[in-house]
Order: sequence, then structure tokens, then C-alpha cells
Amino acid sequence: MKRRKFEMAAVPGNAARGVDDRFQVATPLRRLLNKVFPDHWSFLLGEIALFSFIVLLLTGVFLTFFFEPAMTEVIYNGSYAPLRGTPMSAAYASSLDITFDVRGGLIMRQMHHWAALLFMAAIVVHMLRVFFTGAFRKPREANWIIGSLLFWVGFLAGFTGYSLPDDGLSGTGLRIASGIMLSIPVIGSWLTSSIFDGEFPGTIIISRFYIAHVLLIPGLLLALIGAHLGLVFKQKHTQWPGPGRTNDNVVGERMFPRYALKQGGFFMVVFGVIALMAGLFQINPIWLFGPYEAWVVSAASQPDWYVMFLDGSTRLMPAWEIYIPIGDGYVIPPLFWPTVVLPGVLVGMSVLYPFIEARRLKDFRSHNLLQRPRDVPARSGLGAMAVTFYLVLALSGANDVIADKFNISLNAMTWGGRIGLLLLPPLAYFVTYRICLGLQQHDREVLAHGVETGIIRRLPDGRFVEVHQPLHREDGELEYVGWVVPKKMNRLGALGPAIRGFFYPIEKPAEAPVSPAPPVDSDTERSEISSGERR
Amino acid sequence: MTTTHPGNAGGDQPVDLDDPDLSRFDIVRAGAREDDIEIVHYEPQVVPGSKAERRLSRTVASFFLLTGASATAFLAIYIWWPWEYELGHGGDKWYTPLLGVTLGISLLGIGFGVLTWGKKLLPKEVSVQDRHEGVVNERDRTITGQTMLYMADELGVKRRPLLGVSLLAGLAPVGAVAAAPLVGGLISQPHKNNQMFTTGFAPMEGGQKVRLVREDGRPIRPADISAGGQITVFPGIDHGVSNKYADSPALLIHLRDADALEAREANVRIGHDDFMWGNFAAYSKICTHAGCPASLYEQQTNRLLCPCHQSQFLITDNAKPIFGPASRRLPQLPIFVDDEGYFVATSDYTETVGPDFWERP
Repeated sequence: MKRRKFEMAAVPGNAARGVDDRFQVATPLRRLLNKVFPDHWSFLLGEIALFSFIVLLLTGVFLTFFFEPAMTEVIYNGSYAPLRGTPMSAAYASSLDITFDVRGGLIMRQMHHWAALLFMAAIVVHMLRVFFTGAFRKPREANWIIGSLLFWVGFLAGFTGYSLPDDGLSGTGLRIASGIMLSIPVIGSWLTSSIFDGEFPGTIIISRFYIAHVLLIPGLLLALIGAHLGLVFKQKHTQWPGPGRTNDNVVGERMFPRYALKQGGFFMVVFGVIALMAGLFQINPIWLFGPYEAWVVSAASQPDWYVMFLDGSTRLMPAWEIYIPIGDGYVIPPLFWPTVVLPGVLVGMSVLYPFIEARRLKDFRSHNLLQRPRDVPARSGLGAMAVTFYLVLALSGANDVIADKFNISLNAMTWGGRIGLLLLPPLAYFVTYRICLGLQQHDREVLAHGVETGIIRRLPDGRFVEVHQPLHREDGELEYVGWVVPKKMNRLGALGPAIRGFFYPIEKPAEAPVSPAPPVDSDTERSEISSGERR
Repeated sequence: MTTTHPGNAGGDQPVDLDDPDLSRFDIVRAGAREDDIEIVHYEPQVVPGSKAERRLSRTVASFFLLTGASATAFLAIYIWWPWEYELGHGGDKWYTPLLGVTLGISLLGIGFGVLTWGKKLLPKEVSVQDRHEGVVNERDRTITGQTMLYMADELGVKRRPLLGVSLLAGLAPVGAVAAAPLVGGLISQPHKNNQMFTTGFAPMEGGQKVRLVREDGRPIRPADISAGGQITVFPGIDHGVSNKYADSPALLIHLRDADALEAREANVRIGHDDFMWGNFAAYSKICTHAGCPASLYEQQTNRLLCPCHQSQFLITDNAKPIFGPASRRLPQLPIFVDDEGYFVATSDYTETVGPDFWERP
């Protein structure tokens, strides 16, 4: 019998055929490989959140191998001499061990914490992008809601994780959280007592937070992120208006290979930046805070950045207590409004916004093209209002530090925050609205009269005028199409592009205006710069 | 249409895949068309074999080699660098920064290498894909709708209302069964042993008064605190100085004569006549706002500041809140000095300690 010849070259083909026989993947795989994605730098903000989340999962798993989620009292006997002999919870002791006695534990802890901060930051910036460009409109309302929920679930993930080490700072945060839960009318004491199993701090809260932090919340996050990405995939990404781009198509690159390579590279860059930050910038040095003791705290104790705005709202809240004189009397403490009601209102407003806007504008069509913020002044104004509101609160969350560093009275900072919270957002709305209108007007002006050339011409009667380069030949105005209007001569190809190269030029300056590539038409000829007088 | 590939397998006709003249790109383009994608622009950025291509390849390669070197450095540092913590400024302080830098560089190396590869070496393209969103398939909608209605008919809930009602009546308790263990297990009566209204300073069984002690457990004599000074005090009981009695800690303040007079008058006004002992007064350290320790005491103004949310309490006026979000004064601990000359608590706090809640009387 003759031995069959083994052909190496046929192996991949045969294997692929075998796989397709069994799973029929050829067609869906082709669709996946071919799927077109539009590209713009602002579409990458959400990816930062996704990549940070992957880093969080990786580093988080490492940390679970060494962390002990227990509040049993132990006497610390690890490497960190200044705390040796101190009674503390097992959770805090094991966090110290991760820091000092696990090889490479500190960098893992710091990567985990930095990735968490970056995760939340990327979510917020991504959300602003989606808001200001109108990407939340029909058909993407569901994804906007999922995104809003992701922020709050991320917030919970951050808070529970922050509390786990049971150090002096996080214990104080936990104490405030218990105060917040207590402040809820009617059920407050029952809720707190059920979560802490008795009075604060009890002996079980760390273990409960642990399972929430490593299983329940990440599971929820994974599900939400999966749904979020699935919807982006199904509904296809929005795109900016531009040549050839309509509401019914996607103009961009096929997913493979270039787009996927860029995504992969970007993941590695995000990962690398987190690693650099974790190595170079200290974050949450729990060994300096000591174990949590209910009677110890110091000034300038600030939470992680995404909690700051709630800290600020709590500080600014006037001491308005509602007393209900029935029976022995009941109270709604002032803490309830800025920490329970305010976040509730924020969630409600963000979730409902797409529907409110659609109703107000009576616009129930599907939108796949993005809007420039200037083209929707009312929405941009509202966004600026929200950002200002948030910033005043976040700054107020650090008002003791600001008061200290700038020698301002602490009480003046509080009053400044209270007044600013009421005055600045409407002001921001007004200013943003005007700026949007001004930018719109300038776009129209350039479309009608052309680009400023910087060339000054003297007329026979002695007047000076600036020469404008019209964007088209015919008389009449060009229509605004919702995309960038070129406003500089080199954007028209009339001047050479800036010479590239950092230490020395890596390319020759362009000799003459070569092929212009304006986003409008490419086959109309361009007139040379001649005169500013049209018509 | 600046497709730089030769061949004109185009139009709407499906291409013949067995055509020997067909280039691979033609097949790719034909495949894309089947997904309603038109590759309208496909342009290599570098000429194969050109100097630019070689330069870019070298750039990408050097990024990858940098990654290799940096990752090796990471491993070497991880294994051989002294990492165990020592007090002072030893080499171990460099361990984490070095790991971070080498790891960061190696990851950035891969990142930038791949990015350069993708962005510079691969052809630039513009493809257009149809969304097919506006096309509503009314036929399918009708079919699916009818199918579902048919299913409802088959089940016949409308015709047989008993089934619907009994199903609901049967399932609702099952849902409650799922929730019951969770709720029942977690729920905890907040007023067990009156815990929200008592602290460690409550007199012990038999009426024995509780001493005020320091953090190290030693009792305190009046002479231990100079005028204007203050000290955190704990109940002198088992585990009194621990988070088990998180609501108990108080601030024992030795007021100056004039301030003490004022404080005593304020005490008398609200019926706390004998809460102070001499010039000494003790107030709960747990802020009535959110429960942080209100621990920053300013001697000159007799204000107590809570560093968490800046509530300020005026000690000479029964620790009344005078600024910030707190709405209730700090509870006062009535104190006196026992036969042996140590501070004791006459009774527990007479008001509720800690953050406010609904049913606080």
C-alpha cells in the first residue's frame, strides 16, 4: 500500500473546509470581516473605557488571590514596620500584605486603581461626546440608557472596591455611606441595619462588599457592556456628515485588517499608559492612612474623583431638616436631598433626555448622522449647563483644600459654591448658546464670502479691504451641510501644509498648491487668489 | 473610484470565482458587494519595495524589538531587584516604578508598532456600506405579528380565563418564594437592644457608672488636660476603644474660665444643668450629619469642625450647628468625677448619637 503524501500547503484549506462543514461560518465570518466602521478620534473615547475594564478584570483577578475579605481583628506583623503590632481588620492587613509582601502586588493594586479611575473618566467623556453630537437620538435611545446605567454601576463598583481595604479613609467613606442610607425616610434604619447586619460598622460589611465587587457588579457590568457593544454592532456606528455620507450608509473602513489593527494597537497603548501611571504615580497609599477607627479622620480627606460631586453637593446643602410632628415626631435629615434625591434626579434626567428632546422637537425619525454641537445650540447649552453644575459640585467637594491652599475662608468657599451652583449653569447655557450662534454665523459667512487670505488690498479710493478666497465659482451661497467649513487657505490646498518633522524636516515643503482636497466637490476648478471683490 | 487594482470584475453581476483572470482583490470586492459594501477607494500608502516601505518596516520592527527588550528588563527586575520593604530610602522603593516603566514601555511598544503597521503600511480605504434600516419589511412584520397572535389564540387565555387567573395566582407566590430567603436572611431589626439610642457610656448592669478612658484604656483625671485642651475619650468597658462602639467616642474639652461660664449658662438654658464638671464638657465626636468624627477643635472660637462636610458646632452654645449641612447639635455626655478622682459618665448621652434618621424621636 502506498503511503499518502502529506501536503503541508493543503492543511489550512482543509481545516477551514472542515470547520465550515460543521459550523457554517463562512458567510457570517465574511460579514464580520467586511463590516464597515466609520472613523473619528472622538469614537475612541468609549474604547478607553472598554480597555480599562479589561485591565480591571485582569488585575482584579490577581488581587483576589491575596485579599482576605474579613473584619476579624488581627495584629499586623508584616514587612511595613510603622504599623507592626497594630490591631486591624484582616482585610486591611491583607491589603498591606498585597502592597508590601506580595512580589509585584503594589503595581497590581495601583494598576487596578488607576484603571478604575480611567474607566469612570472615559465613560464620562464618552457620554459627553454622545450627548453633544446627538448620537443618542433614535434609534440609539436604548444604548444611551445602558450607557447611563453603566456609569452608575461603575460608580458602585468603584465605591465597593474603594471600601474593601478597610483603611482609615475608606472606612470614613463607608461611615458616610451608612449615614446616607440612614437618611432615607421610613426605611433608612432598616436598610442600613440590614446591609451592615446591625449597627455600623458591624462585622460583615467587607465580605458582603467583596462578593458584590468581585462577582455581582462585574457580572452586571459585563452584561451591560455586552449589550452596549452588541447594539453598536447591530445598529452600526453613527458617522459625521461629509462627502458621500448619508443617513442610510456607513462610510469608513472594513473591520479587517486595518481597523482591527488600529483598535488592537490602541488597546495596548491604553494598557501601557495605565502601567506607566501605576508605576510612576502613587495612588491610594493605604499604609499612610492606618486602619479604620471610628474616631479618627483628618482634613483634606477626599474621595475618588467620581464621588467628589456628591461630596460637594453634601457640603453645599443648607441645614434644612424637615420635621414631621406626628406621634414622637419624624425627621427627613438634610443629608437625604444631595445624596439620594440628587443622584436619582440625575439618573432620571439622563435616561429620559432622548425622549424629552424628541418630543420637544417633534422629531421621531432615525438619525445616523451626527450633529456638530454648534448646530444645536439649545442642546449644547443644556450640556454646558450640566457640565458647569457638575464642576461646581466637584470643586466644592475639594473646597477645604482650595480654601487651605489659596487662603480663602472655608465658609466663603461654601457660600461661593452655593451661589455658583445656582448662577453659573444658566450663565453657561447663555454663553454656550451665543457661542454656538456665532460659530454658525461664521460658517455661513465663509460659505458666502470665502476664506480670509490675510492679503490686504488697497482700493483706488484709499480704502483697505481683505481679499477673500471664495469657495466656489458661481454666484450665490454654498449650502451648509453640517460639516467642517475650511477656514484657512492651507485647508484649501492653496498654501503648502505645515512642514512635518520635530527636529528636522522629514519632507520637502510643497512647491505649489497641488491637488486640493476639500470636503466639497473635487471636479470644479479653483480660481486663483485674485481679488476680494466678487460679483 | 481610485481603485489601484487591475481587473474589472464589476457591475452587479456576480463574479465567476473560477475565472483564472480574477485577482484576489476582485474576489474580496465581490464578497464585499454581497454584504452591500462598495470599496470606493483603495490606495496603498507605500510602494512595495520602496525606500519609504523599508523605513516604515524598520520603525515597526524597532517598536517590537523595544517591547522585547523592555519586557526582558521587566522580568529581570521582577526576579532580581531587591523588592522586600525596608524602612528608609532603599532600592526597594524603585521596584514598583521600574516595573511600571518597563511594563508600560513594552505595552506601548506593541501598541505603537501595531498602530504604525496598520495606519502607515496598510492601504487606505474608503468603503461604503448600506444600513438597510429604512427598509422596513412590512411582510415580515405582519407574519411575525400574526404568528404571535396565533400562539396566544392557541393558548386560549382569553377563552379560558380561569387558566390565566390561576397561573397568576400560582406564580406570584413562587416569585415571593425566590425573594423570601434573600430578604429574610438579610433583614435585621435596627432597634434590637435599643442599639441606635444607646452607646458604651450607658451605666453597666447594677448601675455602675462607666469611666471615661483614653485610647490606651487609662482613665483620666481632670489635671491631665490643660485649659483649652481636649482629648478623645472612650467608654471604659470591654472593647470600649474599638469600632464595636463606633458611636461612643466623645471629645472631652477643658474650657477656659470665661468660655466655661458661657457654656454652663447655655447648658442651663436647655435643662442640662449638671452636664459639665467644673470647666470640663464632653460632646459626642460623631457628627450628627453623616457620622464622621467631628474632630477639628479650634480653641480661640470654641468651634468644632467636621472635616468631611465642614459642619461647624459652637461648643459654648451646647455644640449647636452654626454652619454647614448639619442640622442638629452634638449630644452632650453628662460627666462628673468619681471618688478616686477619675472622670465618669453620669449617664448615657441624652440625645441620639450619630447621623439623623426618620424615626429619631
